[in-house]
Amino acid sequence: MAAEPILRTEALTRRFGGLTAVNDVRIDLRMGEIHAVIGPNGAGKSTLTNLLSGDLPPTSGRILFRDRDIAGRTPHRISRLGVGRSYQKTNIFKPFTVLENCRLAAQSRAPHALRILSRAERFRDLARNAEAALELAGLAQRADEIAANLSHGEQRQLEIAMCLATAPTLLLLDEPLAGMGATESARMVELIRALGRDHAVMLIEHDMDAVFAVAQRLTVMVNGEVLESGMPEAVRASPAVQSAYLGHGE
Amino acid sequence: MDFYFFLIQVLNGVQYGLLLFLVASGLTLIFGIMGIINLAHGSFYMLGAYLAWSLAQYTGSLTAAIALGVVLTIALGIALEQVLFRHLYARDHLYQVLLTYGLILVFDELRSMIWGDDVHGVAVPALLAFSIPLTENLSYPFYRLAMSAVCLVIAGALWLLIRHTRLGMMIRAGASNREMVQALGINIRLVYTVVFALGVALAGFAGMLAAPVSSVFPSMGGQVLIISFVVVVIGGIGSVWGALAAALLIGMADTFGKVLVPEVSAAIVYLVMAAVLLWRPEGLFKR
Amino acid sequence: MNRRRSDIALAAALLALALFPLAGSTFYLQLVTKIMAMAIFAMSLDLLVGYTGLVSLGHAAFFGIAGYTLALLSPQYEAANLWTTLPAAMAACAMFALVTGALVLRTSGIYFIMVTLAFAQMAYFVFHDTALGGGSDGIYIYVKPEMKLAGRTLLDLGDLGQFYDLVLILMTAVYLFLRRLLGSPFGRALAGIRANEQRMRSLGFPTFRYKLAAYVIAGALAGISGYLAALQFGFVNPEILSWHNSGIVLMMVILGGMGTLHGAIIGAFALVLLQEVLANQAWFGEAAKHWQLAMGVLIVLVALFLPRGLAGLGARPRKGSADGR
Repeated sequence: MAAEPILRTEALTRRFGGLTAVNDVRIDLRMGEIHAVIGPNGAGKSTLTNLLSGDLPPTSGRILFRDRDIAGRTPHRISRLGVGRSYQKTNIFKPFTVLENCRLAAQSRAPHALRILSRAERFRDLARNAEAALELAGLAQRADEIAANLSHGEQRQLEIAMCLATAPTLLLLDEPLAGMGATESARMVELIRALGRDHAVMLIEHDMDAVFAVAQRLTVMVNGEVLESGMPEAVRASPAVQSAYLGHGE
Repeated sequence: MDFYFFLIQVLNGVQYGLLLFLVASGLTLIFGIMGIINLAHGSFYMLGAYLAWSLAQYTGSLTAAIALGVVLTIALGIALEQVLFRHLYARDHLYQVLLTYGLILVFDELRSMIWGDDVHGVAVPALLAFSIPLTENLSYPFYRLAMSAVCLVIAGALWLLIRHTRLGMMIRAGASNREMVQALGINIRLVYTVVFALGVALAGFAGMLAAPVSSVFPSMGGQVLIISFVVVVIGGIGSVWGALAAALLIGMADTFGKVLVPEVSAAIVYLVMAAVLLWRPEGLFKR
Repeated sequence: MNRRRSDIALAAALLALALFPLAGSTFYLQLVTKIMAMAIFAMSLDLLVGYTGLVSLGHAAFFGIAGYTLALLSPQYEAANLWTTLPAAMAACAMFALVTGALVLRTSGIYFIMVTLAFAQMAYFVFHDTALGGGSDGIYIYVKPEMKLAGRTLLDLGDLGQFYDLVLILMTAVYLFLRRLLGSPFGRALAGIRANEQRMRSLGFPTFRYKLAAYVIAGALAGISGYLAALQFGFVNPEILSWHNSGIVLMMVILGGMGTLHGAIIGAFALVLLQEVLANQAWFGEAAKHWQLAMGVLIVLVALFLPRGLAGLGARPRKGSADGR
């Protein structure tokens, strides 16, 4: 599993006026590996995700995806490179059915996306990709339900299913377990573990049990900077991390 | 262009701009704080002007007419907010557009039924009806200077209101976060009623003030509506200072445009707006 | 199924319209022809407003540009050729939409509304104040265009009944085209953009291009209605580009029920017929002079109590569907 990193950053920095949200961050993500990023609120984790997904341009630094600098590219171009991103705050198409959510996501990769006179349902390959993504995420039996009617946990699952429907290589998962109960969390953890086998995954999470259950590498961020990075047990044991973060409750 | 002619255009531009500011500030407050797009805002301007004309005929004094007219427009604003507009807060903007378009038709027809469709002149109050001589051929009407002065006073009063009173604080808070303000127990409904009445009164008062200068005619509402939306958008929605800056900009552009390039003067306002928005898509002073 | 029922209703309505010339007087024939052209105008705007979520207050620009294209291309005392002038009018609208859209689509929300208005006003002033358009007097089209194929006249556009048929055919064609479009992958993408544009972008859709395409299509379709109106009245003047006209067609879309296509048609019929009814002195006597008041009150009531417009009256409660409608 010690492959070349599919994505790595160099001196990645993002400032908002006087506030430096992300400072000189170096992180790398490898295929088949789940790399968890943890830290207190305001540590810059979401900003980091936004920088990687293109939702925010960096102030300075480089983001190398397969050795090409993608810093500052637009979200849609980055997505097309094979990067899938799920959001902390559920970001689905509420008025559509679950299946349509995924079908639309799959459509983003279709060469015939601009066909304007044929009914969308006729493109069976898109529907198949969507169904496969739903199957993987455990939502196949809810395909015809309106997304707004799903439970919170199911909506989080849909969040991930949509990413999967775009057949990404790299997954940026922003707090996928947010607001979930115990059973749902367990299911989600299993899903993430499964995904980690054939994708590169960056996982932002506050749920420490989940993190230590799946993460193969761990980075701790505090105040926009990387405090410690490496194998999970080593990081957990590090005194700096203990005092700054893990030591303080939870 | 010689100096005095230039001076006159500047004074005219400022006066027009300040008048637009009165109307636009009401519009931007209502939209920025309550999220309501009110197409009938121009109708309030028109109603103010017609009120001023008819009350002046009745009382013999424009000043008395304006005083009375302001009271009436405030009452109208309160009534409209309580009966109609408070149902719109949660609705899609487009339904507000539909409803207020219906209101334009209603107000237009009411005006036609009450006051008719003729154009009327309104006499400047005798006290202010003189001109300041500039050269042997040019002089400037004092009333226009008085108008500008009144608008500046109101702008100052608005500043005081928003910066230094509890109401102003509530207005600013309500603009940023409606739910939070309600959770804090501030009576948001009262704030909304006050803001709406204020907006209506500003538009109506502007119409009354402008009546001696622009006359009173049926389509005056529609004209000022479009221009004030342009001002609000250029200034940035919800920003009263943006509205001031934009209104002065438009006032000057329009006045000088009419003098320098009369063939395209009508389009100048829109060119300015398109240019500003393409440079800053959210207006000059977006909150 | 819901779709079946509405298809049957649609077919019935079209049949009624096709048979109408047999029963109607000249006055009503003219009126319905005008309404059907407005329905095309409204449907094209619904593509933008109801489906893509782009509220334009400058749609009348396309209406006017198409009309003026016909007027300017028509020889003074001869008939123009429909097969060349109609596509030319649509092309002119498409060009205007492409150029202004590329600029206008950089804004959103109320700013978008105002910039579309700005460009329409500028077009208005071009026709009003420059030599291009014959000024505020407008231009007359003295001879109606002809619709010939291989030397034989297909439809005599000067004959009211045949012109009515052409407008009905075009309205139906536009409706069917838009239905197809909206069920296609492109149409679904537009619906996605309206539901959550940011998510569409992060899924890999170049949303700007989709919006621009929708804007151009809407402009070209609006051009058809402007062309037909100019043909019917034989006259164009700058007022057809005014913001009042843009406002009226927007009212039709909202009143009829946005995002339902047939709502646009209903809205067009409703608004024009309502005006005819309320202004009818034979029925309302003196009060008919003040029809605007009644019209305004009715519009206010619809806005307050019919959240899905008139089309929402007959439909079942909305449950959402595959395409979010």
